[in-house]
Amino acid sequence: MKYEAVIGLEVHVQIKTHSKMFTRVAAGYGQPANTLTDPVVLALPGVLPVMNKAALDAIIKAGLLLGCDIAPVCKWDRKNYFYPDSPKNYQISQFDQPICLNGSVEIELPGAARNIQGEHKKIALTRIHLEEDVGKLNHEAFDSLVDYNRAGTPLMEIVSEPVIKSAEEAYAYLTSLRATMIYGGISDCDMEKGQLRCDANISIRPVGETKLGTKVELKNLNSISYVRDGIAHEIQRQLAVTQAGGTIVQETRDYDGQTGTSQSLRSKEMAHDYRYFPDPDLMPVKVDAAWKARIQGECPELPFVKQTRFQAEYALPYTLTSVLVWDRALAAYFEEAAKLAGPGKAQAVGNWIVNDLQRELGAAKLDLADSKVRPAHIAELVKLIDAGTLLSNAAKEVFIAMFASGEAPAAIVASKGLAAAPIDNAELEGWCREAIAANAKSVAEFKAGKESAINGLKGPIMKASKGKANPKLVDETLRRLLAEA
Amino acid sequence: MSTATMSSELFNKSIAELATLLEARTITSVELTQAVIGRTQAVEERIKAFNSFDTGDALAQAAASDVRRAAGQALGPLDGIPIGIKDVIAVTGQPLTASSKMLANFVSPYDATVTQKLKKAGAVIWGRLNLDEFAMGSSTENSAFHTTRNPYNLDCVPGGSSGGSAAALAAGEAIATLGSDTGGSIRQPAALCGVVGLKPTYGLVSRFGLIAFASSLDQIGPFTRTVEDAAITLQAIAGHDERDSTSFKVEIPDYRAALKTKKGPWRIGIPKEYFGEGLDPEVAAAVEKAISFYEKMGCEIKNVSLPHTEYGVGVYYIIATAECSSNLSRYDGVRYGHRSTDADNIVDLYFKSRAEGFGPEVKRRIILGTYVLSSGYYDAYYLRAQKVRTLIRQDFLNAYKEVDAIITPTTPTPAFKRGAKADPLAMYLCDVYTIGVNLAGLPGISVPCGFSSGGLPIGMQLIGQPFKEADLLAIANAYDSAHDWARRTPNL
Repeated sequence: MKYEAVIGLEVHVQIKTHSKMFTRVAAGYGQPANTLTDPVVLALPGVLPVMNKAALDAIIKAGLLLGCDIAPVCKWDRKNYFYPDSPKNYQISQFDQPICLNGSVEIELPGAARNIQGEHKKIALTRIHLEEDVGKLNHEAFDSLVDYNRAGTPLMEIVSEPVIKSAEEAYAYLTSLRATMIYGGISDCDMEKGQLRCDANISIRPVGETKLGTKVELKNLNSISYVRDGIAHEIQRQLAVTQAGGTIVQETRDYDGQTGTSQSLRSKEMAHDYRYFPDPDLMPVKVDAAWKARIQGECPELPFVKQTRFQAEYALPYTLTSVLVWDRALAAYFEEAAKLAGPGKAQAVGNWIVNDLQRELGAAKLDLADSKVRPAHIAELVKLIDAGTLLSNAAKEVFIAMFASGEAPAAIVASKGLAAAPIDNAELEGWCREAIAANAKSVAEFKAGKESAINGLKGPIMKASKGKANPKLVDETLRRLLAEA
Repeated sequence: MSTATMSSELFNKSIAELATLLEARTITSVELTQAVIGRTQAVEERIKAFNSFDTGDALAQAAASDVRRAAGQALGPLDGIPIGIKDVIAVTGQPLTASSKMLANFVSPYDATVTQKLKKAGAVIWGRLNLDEFAMGSSTENSAFHTTRNPYNLDCVPGGSSGGSAAALAAGEAIATLGSDTGGSIRQPAALCGVVGLKPTYGLVSRFGLIAFASSLDQIGPFTRTVEDAAITLQAIAGHDERDSTSFKVEIPDYRAALKTKKGPWRIGIPKEYFGEGLDPEVAAAVEKAISFYEKMGCEIKNVSLPHTEYGVGVYYIIATAECSSNLSRYDGVRYGHRSTDADNIVDLYFKSRAEGFGPEVKRRIILGTYVLSSGYYDAYYLRAQKVRTLIRQDFLNAYKEVDAIITPTTPTPAFKRGAKADPLAMYLCDVYTIGVNLAGLPGISVPCGFSSGGLPIGMQLIGQPFKEADLLAIANAYDSAHDWARRTPNL
């Protein structure tokens, strides 16, 4: 019997706000334990929550970017359960009326090759709701300590429909979702800092079956690769159990990315009754058309839309766009440079950015924002090359100097004497004739139709010119003389 | 048996009188505060209204008030007036116990908004007043520390849950006090102790810093010796607070000025549902006499009907317990409060800390509230109760199409003996006339209107329209300023 996997993902994304969800104390990461607290975070007797409007703005933006329906009212509920990481022993969340419903995440599946665009698909969302994050438990030898710095940080829960079919799709979903959140300035989505966390619900069923199989929840998937690997592992595990005649037990499993194994955490018999009810401390907040329109105005162009536009507007190949568009700052950098360089030079601009600039930034461990090479520099460099002023070896040297100093390319060319000397046509023609005369074999081969044989003639010419001959001009001259001969 | 008399002692005077004396420099705040402290030291052993007080702190505040006044920078009628605070309202650096073992050693690191506002008005914050544990009860017998006595009869309860606030004021141990009212916890003890008690409209006074019992019902309000004093105190504590999302943005009028400008005659509604079975004849007679006072001053007295009244107690004990079961979850022994020393693991810590820290009535309500919110019961209990609550509010709003205010007894009977209501249900019925006002979110005030043959105070309740405290206070003041019931003091 053939089986298929059915996967639904629950993704928690911390919203990047200055203060916490229901109080003014700062939200942040990496501070000394329990310093980002106040009476509200610690749930001291008598305190009350007040909603952080910036967090609501952010989730509305996330919803609009993902094509969700935005609820007309933001309503708050209490989810009651006892655990030491939750200071009130209830979490303020949204139960029956999430702020965002429906919508989808567009994904691209791997193409047939690296330079071929893959199939696009939309993964439907069930809902996105807003809640507050909990604190962190640190287990010591004889004690457990709680750090409430994270408690109360605004947190979105993004729930997909159970429509994801493979580990690769899950990977593509998270990649796209993360890029969307970063693009929108909603979150930095650093999984190491817990800013994006993912649980996967996985089941298998015979192909053709419409009912869902028994699901297993996979937790602690703390990188996007672990999500992919964990899901792949779980699908294999369920197939193995089923094929051995066993049945899948509904449970929560913990995936260990280091060892590539999983183990059962708990079975569903311990399911909680969260006793949800509307939080009487918080009034429902109306989200009207003007509010939505304001947020809509702040929504950026998303990567896939940008990619299509870059292909059309700048005639960029897929491989370049697939690097450029996933980083909003890099894409903006490219566009600025391409516009300054002028028509027909976008691909060269893209190549310099994706190959040279990215490589040097990586080696120097710098962000794009720290780069001394600005878009205008790239544009100027490309224009110098195009004009024949700068040859490729010299251009690489100029780039390295420019990366180190931030000086303009023309200035570097001047100070280092790197300009291609204006070659006297007669002199060039002389070198060409000498090369033709001295390489009868290459000439014969070329005339017999072997196009690459012309390169055998170029070497001696470049050597004679000490590398300063313009390759374009050398090629033209050689072809003219060969045609005459 | 004590009988009420009139007193000219400083500690028995009204805020209005004392403000005049302070302003004229006839007395200083330190003298006044010393008089209150002296009175407290003389009677507190019998009354037991306080959980704690800090005389040094109070005298320092009084001295600061005198310095302000000497510099011509007095802050208004409350400057230098000692005001006692129910021990569920946070005061920086002072204990905040909710009369519970759970918080017996808790000291608040912050001020409630009302505390800040009183400080800004120059009041001398004075003492932590006893209550039924976590404001759950009608007699202060549920306090984990001690039962407060009714100053008019030490064998009787002062009412509750703000029994300490009512008794302290009646006994001259403060000039005014703050309480909180979830189902009658200000008005009922005010009636039983012969003082004025005001529960403002839900949302008029910030709840920030008030230990929550039932968030959608709780409201802070003053106990005072006169309706005028209630107006003065309300002026200081009312108003929108950005730290409480349920506080309303409404304009705050000059309540004290309204007592003079609003003169009636008013249309007054009498709901038959509040004068039926279970009402003590002496209480009925006193309230009817008060109604006839209004009639004589030219008010139109109309019969009104609040047909869903009978569901009030049931609805209240679903909503209030549901909310309290969640609100009290934070008392778990993890971060502060009572922690069992006998726990092996986290679940054990929760069970034992809460079993040891909470008293029986608190546990009863947490269990009831947990039950009504449980999956499968939510619709039948909590959701239905919310719907009936809407009907109860609608009853009042319908009545207000015809009348300006409603008069009822505050309580079915005068103060009862300690231990007389061991059955929780009998105790719950003490609030039968006050609960509807909380469910409907309306302002209500209890004004003394007589004494029983046994010498115990009787109160009438005036119920107003949402955020129309100025009218309600003016109507109440018309009676209060023409009678001396509220000015009498117990013989201690």
